[in-house]
Amino acid sequence: MQKLISWIDQRLPIVEAYNKHLGQYYAPKNFNMWYFFGSLALLVLVNQLVTGIWLTMSYNPSAESAFASVEYIMRDVQWGWLLRYMHSTGASAFFVVVYLHMFRGLMYGSYQKPRELIWIFGMLIYLMLMAEAFMGYLLPWGQMSYWGAQVIVNLFGAIPVIGEDLSLWIRGDYLISGITLNRFFALHVVALPIVLLGLVVLHILALHEVGSNNPDGIDIKKNKDEHGIPKDGIPFHPYYTVHDLIGVGVFLFVFCVVVFFFPEMGGLFLEKPNFEPANSLKTPEHIAPVWYFTPFYAMLRAVTVDLFGLPAKFWGVVVMGGAIAILFVLPWLDKSPVRSIRYKGRLSKIALACLVVSFIILGYLGIVPATEGRTTLAQILTTLYFLYFILMPFYTRMEQTKPVPERVTG
Amino acid sequence: MIKKLILGLLITVLPVFASAAGGGVALDNMTPDHTNKASLQRGVALFTNYCMGCHSMEYARYKRVADDLEIPVELYEENLLFTSAKIGELMTIAMDKDQSANWFGSPPPDLTLESRLRGEDWIFSYLRAFYKDESRPFGVNNAVFENVGMPHVMIDLQGLCAVKPEIGHTASIDPLSGNVKNDGTCPEWESEGSMTPVEFDRAMYDLTNFLSYMGDPVKVERERLGVFVLIFIAIFFVFAFLLNREYWKDVH
Repeated sequence: MQKLISWIDQRLPIVEAYNKHLGQYYAPKNFNMWYFFGSLALLVLVNQLVTGIWLTMSYNPSAESAFASVEYIMRDVQWGWLLRYMHSTGASAFFVVVYLHMFRGLMYGSYQKPRELIWIFGMLIYLMLMAEAFMGYLLPWGQMSYWGAQVIVNLFGAIPVIGEDLSLWIRGDYLISGITLNRFFALHVVALPIVLLGLVVLHILALHEVGSNNPDGIDIKKNKDEHGIPKDGIPFHPYYTVHDLIGVGVFLFVFCVVVFFFPEMGGLFLEKPNFEPANSLKTPEHIAPVWYFTPFYAMLRAVTVDLFGLPAKFWGVVVMGGAIAILFVLPWLDKSPVRSIRYKGRLSKIALACLVVSFIILGYLGIVPATEGRTTLAQILTTLYFLYFILMPFYTRMEQTKPVPERVTG
Repeated sequence: MIKKLILGLLITVLPVFASAAGGGVALDNMTPDHTNKASLQRGVALFTNYCMGCHSMEYARYKRVADDLEIPVELYEENLLFTSAKIGELMTIAMDKDQSANWFGSPPPDLTLESRLRGEDWIFSYLRAFYKDESRPFGVNNAVFENVGMPHVMIDLQGLCAVKPEIGHTASIDPLSGNVKNDGTCPEWESEGSMTPVEFDRAMYDLTNFLSYMGDPVKVERERLGVFVLIFIAIFFVFAFLLNREYWKDVH
């Protein structure tokens, strides 16, 4: 065994890579439960790839038989129902862990210098994930697949001058059709996963270059022992590999509860209208995207005024795009001398709480049909969401921060 | 037991899902039971005899139904397979969609996934909600699905209600016997059927139960396996926890 390893190592630096990323990657010893979600995201990614490959073996990407082939997987393919429910639940689970992972970053200032690139790669992963989920949702070719895609692709039509041509170019047809289904399938199973995997590699490489942040937001590399090892650091393997197994256990338990007992999750993970094949002549009563898009969908619907001669729909798209785009510049908005919420002032804590509350309520508003009162509420919450970012340079500078300890606390 | 625990945990978040499901007319409650094979067998008999002339189950196979419902294949072929279809084939029908669209306004939908699309409550209510309405082409209307294109197929079983039946009202209980009085839905009958209202309700329960099974045929097996999977993961968690504690002993 040793001989084999050294034979390979002379030709490919596997020992060095192992040490750099696992055996001698020193991570702060004070990670709390919020630090489970990175490795869990990786677990879900693998789940999506593996179940996705097997689903592809029986799925048929054509308008005539896509819906029937999904039911074929559910009924005739051995364990097909399990693969499909793992994949559909995995899609939602991916967003759950990614949202919690991002919240961790916001809480402990993990996007701050020198981790700007990690944050940006992460945001690109999030963006790709949204595209991946959106295109994947068309594939079962149910009513909500069809009309959801119709609504979202039509949004591009709101862009002045090029809009109509752009959405035509995306669809490849004048309405969502088998042509759209085929290209979305290609993008969903080949193009986007490759990009996604590349971005994950960059995300982790950038992380391992500068080292992990921690709940105290302090730099463990400042305090090293005589061997040059951070005093507050422990090797990722075995300490965090075994530690993450606990998170994996809890996660899989919840995941399997959904897969085996509530695969539709009351219509949140699999929407009811999607049990009817796509019909271009019959619009569902109420079109709602899947829950992970609903905060942004609520923002889109919150914009109701025409401005500068451009329709409200266009400004809705601008607001929705802006809500995601503004996250990219977050590292440069935070002017606080400290990273972690533990040592930031009261204003930062209130602002973060407002962001979370507005995001969750917006998510709810995006699911239910709009009424006048709800639209007003969505407008207020959308403003609140943006204020977290726009006012950040001011409140992070104004507030009184607490002194940061030299070494990590528990 | 485990399922009940999970249900209890989820009950706190259920209001969100309930509101996501959407409203509409009031419906009667129907709780399916896929383990009740006798009910499912009566349901498939009703479906084959009364529904399958117009409604297909084109994503399901006869053989699977026979196996899952514990109906011997020979018996199934003899009594429930009226066409030349082989037992392993999909449960399609011969009715031409273009023609049926002419006859009914729109072709009768495939019903494989009807229970997942509309829910069991809806189906159970709908099947019992036909009433006399001379303004409609078939002389009947439906209290749950207004101006439905479907005739009252089971009129010989149920009879015909003369006025719009009251669906979605709480059933009254006979104070003397303690029995649920299910015949409260129709206050006045135009014609009587071969079944009493209680018998018809039970028959429609069976039919709805069968449609529920068809929407999710693997449910019983899935939940049975799920218990073992969760037990396995729980044991895994214990070992992961102990392993972690052992390793972390030397971290101070």
